[in-house]
This record gives sequence, C-alpha cells and structure tokens, in this order.
Amino acid sequence: MAKHEHVREPLFHIAKRDTPAWWRAWGIRAIALVLALVVSGLVAFLLTGENPLKLYATMLEGAFGTSRRVWGLMQNLAMLLCVSVAVTPAFKMRFWNIGAEGQVLIGGLAAAACMILLGDSIPHGLLLLTVTVASIAAGALWALIPAVFRAKWQTNETLFTLMMNYIAIQLVSFFTYRFSVPKGSGQVGVINRATHAGWMPTLGKYDYLLNILIVLAVTVMMAVYLKHSKHGYELAVVGESESTARYIGIDVKKVIIRTMLISGAVCGIAGLLLVSGTDHTISRDTAAGRGFTAIMVSWLAKFDPVAMILTSFLIVFLEKGATEISTAFGLNDSFSEIITGIIIFFIIGCEFFIRYTVRFRRREGKSA
Amino acid sequence: MANTDAPALRLEHITKRFGSVIANDDISMTVQHGQILSVLGENGSGKTTLMNMIAGIYYPDGGKIFVDGKEAVIRSPHDAFQYQIGMIHQHFKLVDLFTATENIILGLEDDGRYSLKKANQRVKEIVSQYGFRLDPEKKVYEMSVSEKQTVEIVKVLYRGADILILDEPTAVLTPQETDRLFAVLRKMRSEGKSIIIITHKLHEVLSLSDQVTVLCKGRYAGTVNTAETDEAQLTEMMVGRKVTLNIERSEPKDTVPRLTVEGLTVRSREGTDLLRNVSFEARSGEILGIAGIAGSGQRELLEAIAGLLRAEGKIVYHDPKTGKEENLRGRDPLEIRELGVRLSFVPEDRLGMGLVGNMDITDNMMLRSYRKGRGFFLERKAPKSLAEKIVSELEVVTPGVSTPVRRLSGGNVQKVLVGREIAAAPTVLMAAYPVRGLDINSSFTIYNLLNQQKERGVAVIFVGEDLDVLLELCDRIMVISSGAVSGIVDARAASKEQIGLLMTKNTASEGGAADGKA
Amino acid sequence: MILAGFLQRAIMQGIPLLYGSTGEIITEKSGNLNLGIPGIMYVGGIGGVIGAFLYEQHAGAELNPFLAVMIPLLCSMAGSLLMGLIYSFLTVSLRANQNVTGLALTTFGVGFGNFFGGSLVRLAGSDVPSISLGRTSNYFRTSLPIADRLGWFGQIFLSHSFLAYAAIVIALLTSLILAKTRVGLHLRAVGENPATADAAGISVGKYKYFATCIGSVIAGLGGLYYVMDYANGVWSNDGFGDRGWLAIALVIFAVWRPNLSILGSILFGGLYIVHNYIPGLDVSGQELFKMLPYLVTILFLVAISMRRKREAQPPAHLGLPYFREER
Repeated sequence: MAKHEHVREPLFHIAKRDTPAWWRAWGIRAIALVLALVVSGLVAFLLTGENPLKLYATMLEGAFGTSRRVWGLMQNLAMLLCVSVAVTPAFKMRFWNIGAEGQVLIGGLAAAACMILLGDSIPHGLLLLTVTVASIAAGALWALIPAVFRAKWQTNETLFTLMMNYIAIQLVSFFTYRFSVPKGSGQVGVINRATHAGWMPTLGKYDYLLNILIVLAVTVMMAVYLKHSKHGYELAVVGESESTARYIGIDVKKVIIRTMLISGAVCGIAGLLLVSGTDHTISRDTAAGRGFTAIMVSWLAKFDPVAMILTSFLIVFLEKGATEISTAFGLNDSFSEIITGIIIFFIIGCEFFIRYTVRFRRREGKSA
Repeated sequence: MANTDAPALRLEHITKRFGSVIANDDISMTVQHGQILSVLGENGSGKTTLMNMIAGIYYPDGGKIFVDGKEAVIRSPHDAFQYQIGMIHQHFKLVDLFTATENIILGLEDDGRYSLKKANQRVKEIVSQYGFRLDPEKKVYEMSVSEKQTVEIVKVLYRGADILILDEPTAVLTPQETDRLFAVLRKMRSEGKSIIIITHKLHEVLSLSDQVTVLCKGRYAGTVNTAETDEAQLTEMMVGRKVTLNIERSEPKDTVPRLTVEGLTVRSREGTDLLRNVSFEARSGEILGIAGIAGSGQRELLEAIAGLLRAEGKIVYHDPKTGKEENLRGRDPLEIRELGVRLSFVPEDRLGMGLVGNMDITDNMMLRSYRKGRGFFLERKAPKSLAEKIVSELEVVTPGVSTPVRRLSGGNVQKVLVGREIAAAPTVLMAAYPVRGLDINSSFTIYNLLNQQKERGVAVIFVGEDLDVLLELCDRIMVISSGAVSGIVDARAASKEQIGLLMTKNTASEGGAADGKA
Repeated sequence: MILAGFLQRAIMQGIPLLYGSTGEIITEKSGNLNLGIPGIMYVGGIGGVIGAFLYEQHAGAELNPFLAVMIPLLCSMAGSLLMGLIYSFLTVSLRANQNVTGLALTTFGVGFGNFFGGSLVRLAGSDVPSISLGRTSNYFRTSLPIADRLGWFGQIFLSHSFLAYAAIVIALLTSLILAKTRVGLHLRAVGENPATADAAGISVGKYKYFATCIGSVIAGLGGLYYVMDYANGVWSNDGFGDRGWLAIALVIFAVWRPNLSILGSILFGGLYIVHNYIPGLDVSGQELFKMLPYLVTILFLVAISMRRKREAQPPAHLGLPYFREER
C-alpha cells in the first residue's frame, strides 16, 4: 500500500432514506412547526417587546376568540381549501398550474357579470343556475388555454399560467370600472343589494355555512376522483412517467387538457363562492392571493385533499392570529405574511430531513 | 513521454467488485506507445468496468496501474487527465446548445485567458492534424452522432491525452463513418499515441488493431497479436467454454404462425435506419430468441410491434380464435388492444416504462386492466387479488401489495412486471432482456415462466444477451446485426461461435457500402 | 415634446423591470426558476428605506452625501442577498421544490416590505408622521447637470440618476459575461445540462448559489431605484405593485438575454404607462391597456415554443432539481 492515500471524503454524506415511518415523518414536521413558532415568537418579541407567551395567547384569541371569529376562520379556510383542491389534480400530473389566482378571478367575474347584467330580468332560481354555470365555465376556459398550448407545443406552463393571472386581474379591473356604482368610483359595491338576485342562499342564520358545506363536498369529491376514478389514475400515470402512459395507450394530450379543465372548473367554483356566496361584489383583490397560497397548501399536504384541510387550517390560523397580534400591538397587518413565510420556510426545509439522512464524516480513529 | 522503453500503460492484477459480483477478476494487460489495442468481450464481460478504472470513474479494489512505468493513482477523471489519459464514453456528455468548441473547453480552468477565437483555432488545428471532419462553431444539436463523437474525441485530445480509450465507438456509426474514424485512429497511432478500443465486432478488431486482449466473464482470457489470429480463434476465446444451465426445454407442439413481420423498417429522427427490412415469423408454442450486440435494433423491433414506434412494412397478427388476420402497423397500443389482440410486452426499461415506481404493486397491476368495465371508478379488488397471487406464486419479497415497486429489489420488480404481463393471458409475449441484473434464482423463475407460456401455446419472443441462455431456452434464434437480420438458426443445432459470427457480421456491407479492410 | 416626456417616463418605469429581469436571467441561467423575485424586490426597496430612515434620523440636519447613498445601498443589497441565500439554501442544499419556495419567498418579502413600510416609524419610536425620505432621495436622483441644456436629447437620455445608468451597465456587463467569459460558459452549462457540467468538473451547487444570490442582489436594486428615484423616497404599501412579475415576464420577452432586456424594459415601461398618453381613454380602458405587457409576453412565449428555435428556449433544466445520482 502507498503510504499516504488521503481519500478526500466530503464533510458529510447525503443518502436517500427509504420511505420513513409515518410517525417519524410527522414527528419531523411537528418539530419544524414548533421551531417555526419559536422563531416567529422571537421575531414578534423583538418587534413588540411583549412576553412571547402572551403573543401566542393573542394568536389563539384572534382565531378562536368569538364565535364570529371562528366562523370567519372557517370561511377563510373553506375558500383557501377550495383553491388548493383545485390546483391539486394539475400538480399530481406535474403540470405547474400557478394560474389559480386568475382562474378564480375570472370565475368570480363571470358570476358578477351575470348578476349585474341579468339582474332582475330572469327568475332568481334560473339566475343562480346561470351564475353557477358561467363561473365554472369561465374558470375552466381560463385553464384550458395554457393546457392546449402545453399539450400541443410544450409551451412552458409555469410561465404561461403565471401571465394569465395578470391578464385576469386587468380584465377584472376593466369591468369593475365599467360596472362601478356610482359611475367612475372604481368600486362595484354590493350587487343586487335589495333583491339578492344571484346570491347564494344562506342556510338558517349562518352566512357561511353553505360555502363551507360546498367546499367540503368538493374536497371529498376530489379526493375520490383522484384516488378511485379512472381519470385520477390516468393523470397520476402521466405525472409519473409519460413513457409508461404511452406504453399502456393513454392519450397524454387528452389527459392534460381534461385535467386542466377540471382544475380550472374548481377554481371557477371558488370564484363563484367568493362573489355570489360571500362578498356579493367583485374587485381585483377578490382572490386575495389565495391562488398562490393554495400552491403551498397543496404541496405541503403532499397533494392529498383531506390533508389539505389541515394545511389550509394552519395557514389561515396563522393569518388570523398574526393579524390579531398586529392590531393588538399596533403593528402593520402585513405581519401575518412574515409569520406565514417563516413557517412555510421551515416546513419546506424539513421535508429534506424526512426524505434524506445526513451522515457526517466519521472521525478517523487511530486504526492500527 | 519520459521513458519510451516502458509501456504506455500497464495493469497488474486489477480486481473490482460490486457488492457480491466480481466484475473484474485479477486482470493484467499492457499497452505500448504507438499501439492500437482492442479489448474484446461479450456484453457483461467487464470491459467497460476495467476501462472506467483507467479513466478514474471507479477505483480498483486490488491491483496496480502503471503509466510510463511509474505507478499511478487515478481517483477521478481529473487525475486521469493528469496522466494524459482520456476516455470517450458510449453516452456522450455534451451540452446541446453549445458549439463544438464550447463543449470542448467546458470545465477547463487552467487554459490562460478565455478566448473562444483562440480555442476555435486550436480545435481547427487538431481537426486538420488528424483528419477529422468538424466545424468548431457548429452547435451540438445540429450534429449527427458521428460529429458528436468527434467532439468527444477532440475534447480528449485538446486536453493533451496520450492514451485514448474508446468505448464501443462504432456502435452508433455507419460503415463509412466507421472507416473515417479508423483512419483517424491510425493517424494517431503513427503520432505515437496509444489507443484502447472496446468492441465486440470481430472484423473491426482484425482490420484496426495491433493486439487484442480478450476478456471472458470478468476474467482475462489472453492477448494475441492481430496478425497471428483469426475470427474463429477470437470467438472461441471470447465466448469461453460452454456452460450448462439445465433449463428444461420442451419440444414445440402445434406451432402455427401467430405474428408475421414483413419488411419492417424503422428510421430515427435523423433519418438513419434503426431497423432495416426485418422479416420473420413468431409461432405459437415456441420461443423465438433474438440475439445481437446491444443496440442493434432489438428495442426498436419490440417497440414497433407494440405500437410505440412509427414503422414501415407489415406486422400481421393471426388471431387464434377467429382465424382473422390483422395488420398492427400504424396502430397505437390501445387500438391494438381493441382489436382483441392479446399482446404482452415486458420492456427493457422496467421502472421507466413497464411500471410506475412510485405506485404500489396493486396499482401497477391495474396499468393493463384499469379500463375494464364501463364505470367511472376504478375497480381495485381484482387487481389486488392478482397482486397477492403474483406475490405468493412468484415469491416476490415485499412487505405487502401496497408497497411502492420502486422499493423492491431488481429481481422482485421484474417478477411483478412479468407476472402482470402473463396474467393478461397473452397470445404473444415479448420480453426484452428480462433477466438483466437478476440473480440466478430470479432468472430461473423467469425462464420457467417463459417456458410455461410456450407450453400453453403462446408465441414468445425473447431478447437476450447471454448466448448460453439463448441456446438453451429458445427454439429458434434470430440474430440481428446493425438493424438487419443476419440469420435465423435452430437453437438446438447452432453453436455459440456460429451466433457470435452472425452477431458481428457486417450486414451493411451487403448493401454495397465499401468495406474499409483491404 | 410629449414624445420625449413619454420616453423619459417609459425609461423610468423600465429601470426597475430591467434590474429585476437581469437578476432573474442570471438566476435562471443556473437552472433556478426563482419566483421569489417580486418579494426580493420589495425587500431590496424596504432595505434601502430602513437604512436611509435610520441614517436620516441619526444624522440630523446635515447629511453626508456619500453616506446618504451608501448606507441605503448596502442595506438594500444585504436584504436581497439574504433572500437569495434563503432560496438557495432551501432549493439547492435542502432540495426543496423551486416553485413553492419562490412563492413563499414572495409572500414573505412582500409582507416584510409592507410591514416595515407601515410600522417603521412606530418601531423606531420616531415622531415623524410618515416615511418620506426626500433628502436621501435627492442624492439618489442627482443627474447630470448638462441634461437640462440639451433639449429633448437631454430629457430622454441624460436626465436619469446613477442607478438608472447602473442598471444598463449591469445588464450589458451581464450579457458580456454570459457570452464571453469562462464563468458565463460554465453558468450556461449548469442551467442547460447540469450532469454534463458536473462531469466536466464544474461545481453545480456553487454556481447555483452564486448565480441566485448575485441575481437577487441585482433584482433588489430595482426595488431601491423604485423607492428612491421613481417614488421620490416616499414608501407606500403595495406601491411597487406587480412589477416583480412583470420583470419575470420580461425575461421571456428578452429571450434570456440581458442586452435585449434593456430595450424590452423600455418597451414594457412604455406599455405600462401608454394609457396616460392616449387621448379620450377612460379609466376602464386604461386598465385594459395595462394588460398589454403580459399579453405580449404570452404571445411571445407561444411563438417561441411553436418555432422551437433552440436558442430562444428557456434553459433546458429550468425549474428542475439536480442531484448527482448516488451509486
């Protein structure tokens, strides 16, 4: 043997872990969440000088303090969940649909337009049906455009859907001025305030109950669709390997287009619920960034619609809690976005420790 | 070149293991300055592994390497360059969007001021010095395969290599391109460079090299001077003694034509022939073996029959029930299925094509059958019991049927795939390299399955690489060479040498192209 | 004269986009699709604001011109560098999904900007009513004195501040580096075919880290220019708007070439404000006009994918992770 054979071994070595036990995976995620909360508490403490425990209490208060707040939380959760569920089939197919924001807005715009233009001219029941169909169709159409180009010409869908968002936003801006009341105010105001034409009915005295139930139904249906339908199976195969899909005779283009139609249609439902079921108005902020947040929610839940109830709850809870902190301590309400960002960084980061193990270089012992 | 008396490169007792497999077992060999040495051997004989140790891709477990008489420690491709050794791999590593020169200088840090102009100039010099044909400013994506190979060779020369290793350089070339390459290699030899060329084409060995080192099943089988040998001797050294495997082979019964292929031609996107005018017949109750050097068109043949590749010619299926004949060419896999053709296909790429790695065994069972039934929803009961049946009957080692197949070992993955394809009750079963990477026991499971299918009257097409297996398992063997059929032989009567010669037969020269050898 | 005014405004609108797109081009050339650019530009802007605010508070009546520029500049660069580090650490070291990481970064960055924009005064315990950094802004906006004397030519080309010219210089320099240097060659190889680059001995991870961080710092300067020059040192929440996304659109439009991005940024800046110059256009029509840059980008994206010209495609490995296979 040569005398000095210094093998330059790297400092550490990364190895892929076999799928870890569920308790291990969730344990790592829980640790990440706790760490993230500690860091957020620290940030909040530095900014406010308050006792961190009091800050956490304030967060809980903000989310669950009154029944009104709980309903608000549930409503927000439902809306975020709806959009997250919508983008999921596309992601499972490895189609990066980051155009949910636009698809939701266009769905909402279609709903608002029907409510304004058809107003009292047709019976309320028929109007509600028209509103529903129009918003779903509009959302689907908005998703169809990038899907067709991706299927036929391999046009980069991430960039395409991203750009479609801003076209949708500007279209909504255009129509808000057109529809604005009073003219030129730039605000649509509550549509059909007196007649409630095109409004979704309320169940009993609970304003948001119907929305929540619809979203729950959509979530369950999507979970079943992805797991138990032939379509869901096909899109999963396409996402995993296009050559396997061709090997068993799946028409890849058809699946891409069909899946995006469904993704867009569910975004349309979210738009419908926001406009006809909640706000009864439209503005460029109607989707409120949910199209982007939903991508993170869906990804964090590993594209499992049921797990998304949990992840969207986490995000909405943070938003509400952090908003309460900012009002209670006189901070700007963007504080919640900072906290959300920090927590997501931690959760994204921790996935690495679930999938890989890191082995540090063992100290060379004094081997004989 | 400090010491011209010492050989340019000497290997002594090189051994390399991968797990329990010994890829190279105590191999010694020598290359002189100004010499072309062929390293000859069948697929899997350890040629590439041995060369990778000289090029710094692997590090030997035992033995020593000497360059110019001095011991060399080669731990990385970078180290290899320090010793002026360069290797041209079979799979090119090039950036498509870059020009030839940009690829050639990629990664070079110690080359003075960065100047593409100067680099282009130097590339041009090398090109004209050795008689290559290459435009330094042409982009790689516009290049033919042989031009890409030229880029790889010039890349090595640009770095000043004195010892060049080429891994099956002619596998992707036309005869004319091969002749041109050989002329260049001879030129290099005359300038004192040492060249090692890995190949299993005998005529090339004889026309080009000074000496031949033969490997057989990971061991050194001898070195001979080219001038003193012939094809028969080399073949014998290469295939070794006949190994008895004891695969039970029954006599074919009631054979009728099941699949008739006529004049099948497949072209690559660049327009070169991948398959040329292939005609044969696959009969029921018989295993038809397909032998050939890797990449001779085996994969294209099966994919064309399965409806995955566009082809010319005829693929006629004879339906055993109705007696009808259907031309399958130009139909996709789904259309073929809808015709009632029960064609099963075990592709070479198991996890990339045959199975979905991230899905569990049950869901992989459904790949073939999920369309069954009118309903909108999947039916998982039948696939699940099929999965359980395959796991128990083929002794698949797995925690359960809901384990992703990606996590199974190679042999178990293959059992799942073959099990599924057989469960479809095929009338034609095609299997490409079904035992590649499998241990002995799993291999025999697969052979037995194929034999059972044959006895049930299925027409089995088996693409294999081990000639011993082909000879013991199959009834007839079709040999293809460079995309064309070079012979169909009776497996019971043929010898390994006979098939070896057919595999290396230069079928292209029959088409009228000039052979380089005088 | 209207035209000169229009061009001058178009350039001013274009400069933040140019910074953003140059930064994103460098990042994308390494194969990282950083959708955090909008957030990074916010952080770059607010970083400068924080630096300037603290310095103005501290220095009192007399500002040292050099420090008044350098402090905000360094604060801005430090902020966006940190953002780039977060992105690189998550996507390169921890192998996280690029799109999700980028979007989280944008959420964080926009929130960060708006939070400090709204709370800085209170947090610093100051008694000024709102952030207005007119004095610092004046130093940033210093332009060539001869601009006024050269009529329309001066107005279009010479009336800008040093950050505007720096944007153009950086873009040209980036083009030069990408096309004409070894570092540029290696960077492009990493984005096109990391496996080949790796085999050639190029450290893929190092290139990705450096490209992403340098790109972030450059993009952050766009935010700084916006606050200090365009907005005269007045921070307003969400004032920066969707310019970050527009910068990403500009990358496509410039087919990943910073020198084309200079012209593209002026065009986009022009499209962004052209509605102000069209007589008889009502507010709703203006909104319709604002979608032009995005529409143009989509048409462009479709055109390049249909033409399949190799040089005009995104880097082949854009958005995909690269890890050397374990043996």
